[in-house]
Amino acid sequence: MGDGYLHGIKEDIAGDGLFDQFFEWYDDRNSYAKKWKERTGGKVVGSLCTYTPEEVLTAANCLTVRLLGFHEPQDVTEPYLFAMFCPFSRDTLAQGLKGKLDHLDGVVMAHSCLHLRQTYNVMKHKLPVEFAWYLPIPNNVKDKYAKEFMASEIERFKESVEEWREFKIDENRLEDAITLMDKNRHLLRTVYEYRKDDNPHLTGMEALAMVTASELVDKHDANREIEKILKYLPSRKIKTDSKVGSRLIVIGSEDDDMSFAHMVEHEDATVVIDEHCTGTRWFWKEIGPEHDNLSQERRIGDRYCSRPACPTKDYAMDDGTRLRFLHILKLCGDYNVDGALLIQQKFCDPHEGDMVPLKEFLSEHDIPSLQLEFDVTLPLGQFKTRVEAFLETIGEEDLF
Amino acid sequence: MKYKVEPLKSWGKAKELRKAYFDNYVNARQSGGLRVCGSAWAFHALPYGLGEDIYWLTGEPYGAQVAFDKDANKQLQDVASNKGWAHDLCSYMRSYWGSIYADKWVFGGKWPTADFAFTNQICCSHSKWYQEVARSEKIPFKAIDVSSGAYEWIKGVDDPRITYIANQMAEAIEWMEKITGRKFDDENFIKHLKYEFRATSTWAKICELQKTIPAPLDEKAIFSLYSLATLNKADKSTAEYYDELYDEAADRAKRGIAAVGSERCRLISDTQPPWGFLKMFRYLEDFGAMSIGSLYTFGLQGIFEEKKDGTWGYRPTPMDKGIEINDRETALKLYAEWNAAKPEYQQFYDPNIKTRLMMHIIKEWKVDGVMLHLNRGCEGLSLGIMQNKDELSELGIKVMTYEGNMGDETEFDEDRVLARIDSFMELLGLEKIKKST
Ligand code: SF4
Ligand code: SF4
Repeated sequence: MGDGYLHGIKEDIAGDGLFDQFFEWYDDRNSYAKKWKERTGGKVVGSLCTYTPEEVLTAANCLTVRLLGFHEPQDVTEPYLFAMFCPFSRDTLAQGLKGKLDHLDGVVMAHSCLHLRQTYNVMKHKLPVEFAWYLPIPNNVKDKYAKEFMASEIERFKESVEEWREFKIDENRLEDAITLMDKNRHLLRTVYEYRKDDNPHLTGMEALAMVTASELVDKHDANREIEKILKYLPSRKIKTDSKVGSRLIVIGSEDDDMSFAHMVEHEDATVVIDEHCTGTRWFWKEIGPEHDNLSQERRIGDRYCSRPACPTKDYAMDDGTRLRFLHILKLCGDYNVDGALLIQQKFCDPHEGDMVPLKEFLSEHDIPSLQLEFDVTLPLGQFKTRVEAFLETIGEEDLF
Repeated sequence: MKYKVEPLKSWGKAKELRKAYFDNYVNARQSGGLRVCGSAWAFHALPYGLGEDIYWLTGEPYGAQVAFDKDANKQLQDVASNKGWAHDLCSYMRSYWGSIYADKWVFGGKWPTADFAFTNQICCSHSKWYQEVARSEKIPFKAIDVSSGAYEWIKGVDDPRITYIANQMAEAIEWMEKITGRKFDDENFIKHLKYEFRATSTWAKICELQKTIPAPLDEKAIFSLYSLATLNKADKSTAEYYDELYDEAADRAKRGIAAVGSERCRLISDTQPPWGFLKMFRYLEDFGAMSIGSLYTFGLQGIFEEKKDGTWGYRPTPMDKGIEINDRETALKLYAEWNAAKPEYQQFYDPNIKTRLMMHIIKEWKVDGVMLHLNRGCEGLSLGIMQNKDELSELGIKVMTYEGNMGDETEFDEDRVLARIDSFMELLGLEKIKKST
């Protein structure tokens, strides 16, 4: 019996079982982490943002697990977060307050949005963790000085982890961790390449399970599993060609909502690419080998500053242009996208702050979009009709 | 009346300065001056390197001004909603954007477009705010990232966290030269930087006078007075006005002149008030209660420090300490470090720090209770507020909360809030001492 994060949709996941291991890890994440601890003697660290430099934690024999919610209404966070903060940050906190994260030894907040920061601060005080670290990450990641600053923060973070773990992270260990993380990124990118094909070889839900589970398990395990999958992918078809239907991009913040992907793909539509934190934003760019005599901290930092930016970190352009939008446009072209689903978590200011120009931008580039205001803790049935209507519109456009 | 009261003599001047500020912004171009817009926390002194004819418009006080005008507020909020912006975004920002879209200056006339936007980024909404301004007004935009951690994590003026902020400012100087075609004059910048140090330190000194019983000022007045620094803390007139206000408040404190004659219970508030309902502060007076200020009004612009003896008080300026500021590099470092110490920045990282600073005020300013505004209009300053409530209560402090919105009256339920105040007064053992006016 798993931890239940799939909410019973597991039975509905038809197919050849190729991605089952990822669904299982996603579903059993807490049991996995506990067993990992027993198996390795390492520590488990909860991460509250995709900007956490996992390389450092990996090198310190820690398993980094992305903290996510349970997608169910809860009533334990009210004393700590009042109503205006996003349901995702509340749902995630609820996991901790309900004791589901008691196996965590540490928690790290990589500076991003305000909402999640509250989750971190409550967790820091209310969870039985030995280690808590707030990691300032430059907001203006494209600024000339951001990389230098990021490197100095990674250095500080590394020192604090060393102090906690009571051993020095030597260069070899850190280089191994960089290689391991990069391999995971590379493999995920390779799988994503197949999604460009007319018949994309895997569903959006499978991709979601694969990436999200990779954020939850040891990268050795994840890599092994992806390599296995890659052997079968070239000849795999997910649906009959006509059933692939409209090719969609999902854009948003955290979206590990399997049931939503499941619902969408039950229609004549397939999610072929994403731009969110439990997807491409987490793994899109590699650190790469040593070069130009840069320190390891600097190389790691450079990657976090150069990867596709989160909306809170995307304001480098003089004229207010969002670089993120250009990246989205490229993804839409590369993956031959017919339409965009804009997943807007309720109260999520960073994404709300991009929404109006994003919709205009997509429209200027003839990409139809549908904005859906999500509350991760509420049922998705309400969206069914709107998604259907949207897909019909895209389908009609295809006719002419 | 328990204490003698007198009107504040310098009140009229504060009003004049405020009016002149908005008028000057509108008229800036008549004399070839530059209009600059940005957050109340922007580095106001920096653009003065471009010349003396710099006219700021800071977004938050503008948003507050809109909130005072119920009709305009509703209209401008609706305009922002119709454009597609979420209702829960910063209500000041929404009013500001609404003004641009509606081409309406809340004081009358058309919206005055800025020459460039120059802001800080600590709240998620800061850069988004001016990114949209830049897009709508088609003007250049720059934001300085100041999210480099809590002040107590920073190890002095040479810490990389300070260098990061100072470096961005150095880069911003080149950028300003490029977009305006003007040469940057370090001397003029440093002159205004000194005004800013002076104004923000003096404001903290003024707030210290609130320790006196009876308090020489009340928070209703403080709301108008602190806002001069939010408008432009680097202007000579702000520094001079605060000097004058300090003298007057000190004199009132010495002579026992009260802001509220019936003062018998001292409270502090938190975050921006619901601007359209400041009368709730009048209502407190019926019970002999008054708000002496808040971490928000003290520390939004005032710069304080924790002293060696464990108390909290104004931070002397670098000039007070005899530090010479003659070159750009020194100036930028000092500027970055001074701002990193801003009390209201600290809660962006850890509510524990905010609780600790609030406890300084509670103890040293002899405060009986705390009113926390769960302000739906400002996610930035509401951050961690429930944790603050929890921590203050655990320390035995009497706390009330009420929900509202600083800039959207539809989210304020007056009757309910007054009923909560009644209960809080009961908890504090206070009965009405006169009829509400
Ligand atoms: S959904 Fe938005 S507000 Fe919530 S944690 Fe994610 S980025 Fe932050
Ligand atoms: S701190 Fe509050 S008022 Fe300032 S930009 Fe953020 S939400 Fe708006």
